[in-house]
Amino acid sequence: MSTLLEVKELVVRYGGIEAVKGINLHIHQGELVTLIGANGAGKTSTLNALAGLLKPASGEIRFEGELLNSSPIHQLIQRGLALVPEGRGVFPRLTVEENLAMGAYTRKDKPGMRADLNQVFESFPRLQERRQQKAGTLSGGEQQMLAIGRALMGRPKLLLLDEPSMGLAPLMVQTIFSVIQRVAKEGMTVFLVEQNARLALQSAQRAYVMEGGMIRFNASANECLSDPRVRLAYLGEDS
Amino acid sequence: MDIFLQQVINGLVQGSLYALVALGYTMVYGIIELVNFAHGEVVMVGALVGLSVIERIASRGDTGWGVIAIGVLVAIPSCMALGLGIERVAYRPLRKAPRLAPLISAIGVSIALQQMAALIWGRNYLHYPDVLSNPQFHIGGAVITQVQLVILATTGILMLLTWLIVQKTALGRAMRASAQNPSVAGLMGVNVDRIIALTFLMGSGLAAVAGVLVGTYYGVGNHTMGFMLGLKAFTAAVLGGIGSLGGAMLGGLLLGVIENLGAGYLGSVTNGTIGSNYSDVLAFLMLIAVLVLRPSGLMGERGSEKV
Ligand SMILES: Nc1ncnc2c1ncn2[C@@H]1O[C@H](COP(=O)(O)OP(=O)(O)O)[C@@H](O)[C@H]1O
Ligand SMILES: [Mg+2]
Repeated sequence: MSTLLEVKELVVRYGGIEAVKGINLHIHQGELVTLIGANGAGKTSTLNALAGLLKPASGEIRFEGELLNSSPIHQLIQRGLALVPEGRGVFPRLTVEENLAMGAYTRKDKPGMRADLNQVFESFPRLQERRQQKAGTLSGGEQQMLAIGRALMGRPKLLLLDEPSMGLAPLMVQTIFSVIQRVAKEGMTVFLVEQNARLALQSAQRAYVMEGGMIRFNASANECLSDPRVRLAYLGEDS
Repeated sequence: MDIFLQQVINGLVQGSLYALVALGYTMVYGIIELVNFAHGEVVMVGALVGLSVIERIASRGDTGWGVIAIGVLVAIPSCMALGLGIERVAYRPLRKAPRLAPLISAIGVSIALQQMAALIWGRNYLHYPDVLSNPQFHIGGAVITQVQLVILATTGILMLLTWLIVQKTALGRAMRASAQNPSVAGLMGVNVDRIIALTFLMGSGLAAVAGVLVGTYYGVGNHTMGFMLGLKAFTAAVLGGIGSLGGAMLGGLLLGVIENLGAGYLGSVTNGTIGSNYSDVLAFLMLIAVLVLRPSGLMGERGSEKV
């Protein structure tokens, strides 16, 4: 298994506040890895640094062996990284179709784009029904589908997801997670940040547990599910 | 003579020029929420560059629309370069500064450009050379001149073209996406700095055409002409809903028509107490009324409407 993403001693700061305190992690080609942790643990800061939205204060981010740290944000998608940001970040006054087209902004292969669009509509028929609607008029769940569909339109090598289940009804969460699991099974590498630890651990192969800006724990998802510390802190169970 | 129809025609012509300038304000505001106060000065530079070129050609005895067209073709790249330069020097370094900073920078650029223009072209009013025969046409009790018709046609085509680019092309989609969420647009691979520069480029090109048309229509130009014109066009953009392309067009036309109707009727309606010179006041009163009733302008969506 080759390493797709490798993070070394990553530090993210907001002014004086150190939100990520020198973490190490790696993701292999084809894996679905999750990063779980409580609110404020530093998950979003980590992901945003990987996606180029935040400049790391120090540390190394290597993608396919190459250093990403100083790449301008708009070049990362061409390298193969796509982020579904926290809060979805759809373009509210663009239509569903236009949002999806934005996901494929840097692509030139028309037939491939058409195939991917059909694939997205197959995964999320709701989006096809609403293709002409402004994204701002969609429900939260539909916006999450759109944000994921838009990221998939870039045909990334690594899909970064920030709390896709946040604020959604259980049925919607199921729809979205089944799509995430499917794209992972089809070979896409996925890094999934979640507060819904149970769901995340059930979907993933490996997990990192984050607390106070540091990685506390790193194991296979199954080990995590049966680990007493994780059960107590993140699954709401007594051991 | 049908005064009403005549003033509506004059108003539409003047308003279409406001609209062309208003597009530049509204596009820039839509994408970086900056009122580019130097935009009126870009129009002025377009008018004066055009004037110099047209004068040169006219002095050889050439006449006709071809001469004006050459003036426009030289003014466009001049204004585009100027607009790009302004963005690069005065706004881009302040992209992350508090909002007051770029505003002050804009006013500084505006003053600097006026003074530079005064150095190049002097402080007196310059007359646009008379290169057009400008025939008139009668329509139902009113008169429309060939210059007016050309202005209406040119501005109409340019507004349509701008609308098509913004609404129907991948570039326009990227512009709108960058306006709504620049960091996510960046994630999609959009080079937002380049999109912002392109917005200035488009607005400045339109300003160049507007400048030469204004000069041709009114026959004069000088280094301060951009101030009132810019203020009116900005008013039009706000009236229509700043950030909205359709709003800039509607606001421009409406402002032109109201001003001209005001000029035509204020005197007779008030028995001469308030003369036609108060038409500017009328225009701004209407702006206030619209903003009180509909703070986001006529076509602006509630909340933060952008391009
Ligand atoms: N823009 C910001 N400015 C200052 N502090 C921030 C900012 N964003 C996040 N933080 C702080 O950084 C820490 C980690 O936040 P975040 O990465 O959002 O955590 P998570 O995604 O795990 O909830 C928190 O203490 C949060 O308050
Ligand atoms: Mg978060």
